[in-house]
Amino acid sequence: MLESLIFTIFNGVLYGMLLFMLASGLTLIFGMMGVLNFAHASFYMLGAYFAYQVSVFAGFWAALFLAPLGVALIGALTERYGLRQVHQHGHVAELLFTFGLVYVIEEVVHLVWGRTPVNYQVPEALDFTLFTLFTTDFPAYRAFMLGVAIFMFVGIFLLLTKTRIGQVVQASLSHPDMVGALGHNVPRVFTLVFAFGCALAGLAGVIAGNYFITEPGMAWNMGPIVFVVVVFGGLGSLGGALVGSLIIGLAQTFAVQMTFSIASVLADMGLAISEDAFLSGFWFLELSRIGPMLPYLLLVLMLIFRPRGLMGTRAD
Amino acid sequence: MFRRAVLKKLSAIAAGVTLTAAASTTVFAQDTIRVAYIDPLSGPFANVGDAGAKHFLYVAEMINENGGIMGKDIEIIPFDNKSSPQESLQILQKVADQGIQYITQGNGSHVAGALIQGVEKHNARNPDNQILFLNYAAVNPDFTNEDCSFWHFRFDANAAMKLQAITDVIKENPETKKLFLINQDYSHGQAVSRITKNFLARKRPDIEIVGDVLHPIGKVKDFSPYISQIQSSGADTVVTGNWGNDLSLLVKAGSDAGLDVTYHTFYAGGLGTPTAIGESGVGKVTQVTEWFENLAVRENAKELEDILVEFEERYPEIEFYYLRVLRQMQMLKMAVEEAGSTNPKDVAYAMEGMNMDSPFGPVTMRTLDHQVIQPLYISVFSDDYLKYDTEDTGFGWKYVAKINAEDTAVPSTCEMQRP
Repeated sequence: MLESLIFTIFNGVLYGMLLFMLASGLTLIFGMMGVLNFAHASFYMLGAYFAYQVSVFAGFWAALFLAPLGVALIGALTERYGLRQVHQHGHVAELLFTFGLVYVIEEVVHLVWGRTPVNYQVPEALDFTLFTLFTTDFPAYRAFMLGVAIFMFVGIFLLLTKTRIGQVVQASLSHPDMVGALGHNVPRVFTLVFAFGCALAGLAGVIAGNYFITEPGMAWNMGPIVFVVVVFGGLGSLGGALVGSLIIGLAQTFAVQMTFSIASVLADMGLAISEDAFLSGFWFLELSRIGPMLPYLLLVLMLIFRPRGLMGTRAD
Repeated sequence: MFRRAVLKKLSAIAAGVTLTAAASTTVFAQDTIRVAYIDPLSGPFANVGDAGAKHFLYVAEMINENGGIMGKDIEIIPFDNKSSPQESLQILQKVADQGIQYITQGNGSHVAGALIQGVEKHNARNPDNQILFLNYAAVNPDFTNEDCSFWHFRFDANAAMKLQAITDVIKENPETKKLFLINQDYSHGQAVSRITKNFLARKRPDIEIVGDVLHPIGKVKDFSPYISQIQSSGADTVVTGNWGNDLSLLVKAGSDAGLDVTYHTFYAGGLGTPTAIGESGVGKVTQVTEWFENLAVRENAKELEDILVEFEERYPEIEFYYLRVLRQMQMLKMAVEEAGSTNPKDVAYAMEGMNMDSPFGPVTMRTLDHQVIQPLYISVFSDDYLKYDTEDTGFGWKYVAKINAEDTAVPSTCEMQRP
C-alpha cells in the first residue's frame, strides 16, 4: 500500500511537471498577448522531432540544447511574421491563425518524418535503474525528467522575479503602453516571450518524446489537457499553472488506482445492487475508467464556479 | 484535398454515366482485382496500419508475379481510417462509389463492427454492386457469433480461440496463483477480460483475479500508474489483449519498474514490443499466433523462410508478422478461381468451407460462421530461439506449444443469413 502510494505520487508529480513545462509557456503567452495559442502542443511535438533528428547526428545531449533553440527560432518567426500581422485584425483572427498552425505543423511533420513513430530512444547513459524501493524500480530517466522540469521552474521563477528582463516582461503583461512609453520595445518583448514559451514546450518534447513516444499524434494528445491546466490554474498565472499541473497530474494518476465502483462501495456497506439493475453500467463503472474524463470535468466545474481559475487575475 | 476528392467523384460519376450508356451489363470492367485496405495510417496506431499495408502490398505483388488471379492483377488501395469507425464508413462509401468489390481491415474491432454493418446495409441496397469484407485481425468473437454476416470472413483466430489456448497454458502452470487483467477499454479489451474470467473459472477456479483494469485505447503514454497497481496487487501473471503502442508502452513501463510477472499476450511479436520487452522479458512474455519466424525453421517450411527473408530485405524496419495476410490472399485467389468470377457473392459461396494446405497443417474456412480454423502456436520470448531473432534484440520467439486446428475451434451461435 505504502509502496503504491509513494510511486503514485512520484508518477503524478512527474506527469504534473511535464504538463507544467507546456502550461507555463502557454500561460505566459496568454498573459502577455491575450491569445490562447492553440498550436502550443505542436511546438512540443516539434521539440521531440527536432531532438530525434539532432540525436541521430550528434547524440542526446546536443539535442537537449539545440532542439529547444530550434523550436524557439520557429516560435520567434511565427510571432514576428505571423501573429503580429494577424494581430491588427483582432483576437479571433489570432485564434484562428494558431488553429490553422496546428494543422500546418502536423502536415509538415507528416511530410518530413512520415506518419509512423520515429525511433527516438532514451540515451544509454540514463538508461538504468536509479533506485529500488520495496520491489519497484525507479528509472534514472524519470528522475532526470523530474530534475529538468524542476530546474526549469526555478529558472523561470528567478528570471521573472529577479532579473530586469523579468520585470519588463511582467510590466508588459499588465501595462504594455506604459512600458512602451518608458522606451522599451514592447513588440520585441512579445516576440521573446513567445519564443521562450515555445522553447519550454520544445524542451518538454525533447525529454518526453523518447520516454513515451514520438509520433505525429502527440500534439493532439497533449493539446487539450494543457488547455485544461491553464484554464484551471487561471489564465496568465504562472503559479496557477504549476498548481493546476500538479493537481491534474496527481488526480489522473490517482484515478487509475481507484478500482472500485459505486456498486462495490454500496456492497461494502451492505447494500447490494444486482447486475441487471437499472443503469447497471453506471453503478458498476469503475472510477478508474473515468480517469481520462476527470480533467475536463474539473475544467467545466471550474468555469461554472470560478471562471478566472484558481489563481487567475483576469475577471473576464 | 477536398477539391481533389470532389473532382475525383465527379469524374467517377461522369465515367459511370458514359459506361452505363454504352454497355448495360458490366458497369465497371476492371482488369485488376482491387482490394481496399482500410486501417489507421495516421494517429497512435499508424505504425500498425502501415505494417499491415506493407504485408498486403508485398503479398499482392507476389501473387501478381505468379500470374495474378485468373490473369488479373491484385491492386491494394490503402485508405487511412484514423482508427475511427465513422471515417471507415465514409471510406466504405467511397470504395463503393469507385466500384471496389473487396475490402480488408484488421486494427480495431470497433471499426470492424461498423464495417460489417455498413457492408450488410450496402449489399442489401445495392445487389448489383456488392462488397466482401475480409477481416485479417479484428478478433471480437461476436463477429462470428451473434453478429455474424455472410459478407464477412475472418482469417485470424478470434479472441475466444486465442484465450482458449492461453488459459490452457495457464492451467498447466501450477505457479500461477494471482492473475491481473489489463486491456483497452473498447469491445475487444472488454471481451478479453470477460472471456478470460469465464475460462479460468472453469479451468483453474483456484486462481485469484487480483485486478481487472480497462484503460483508454491509444491515449495512455505513461503506463507507470498501471504498473504500480499491478505491482501492489501481487500478481504473478498478466493477461492482455493490448496491441500496438498500448502493448509496447505497457511492457516498457513494466520492465522500467522491474515488474516481475509473466505476460500472456496476443500481439507481443511485432511492432516495437520485442524492443520494449528487452532482456527483462526473457522467458516471461508469451504470444499466441498462427506462426512465428522460427516456426518456419522448426517445421522446415523453406518457402516461408524465403518470404520472410525477402520481406525483411524489402522493409528492413518491420518483419513478416502476418502469415494470415498471405493465407487470406491465397484463399481469395482460390475462391475467385473456383467461382470463375470476381462477383463477391459467388466468391463468398466458394470461400465457405474452403480448405487450404499449409506447412503447419490444414487451414479451413468454417462454413457455419466464416471463421478460419487453423493451428495456433504459443511461443515465448527467449535467448534460445533457433535462428531468427526479432527486431535486432538478440532474442527471438521460441516454440512452447501447438494447438491443433480442431482443438482451437470453439462453438458458434451464428445463424447465417445467406442471400
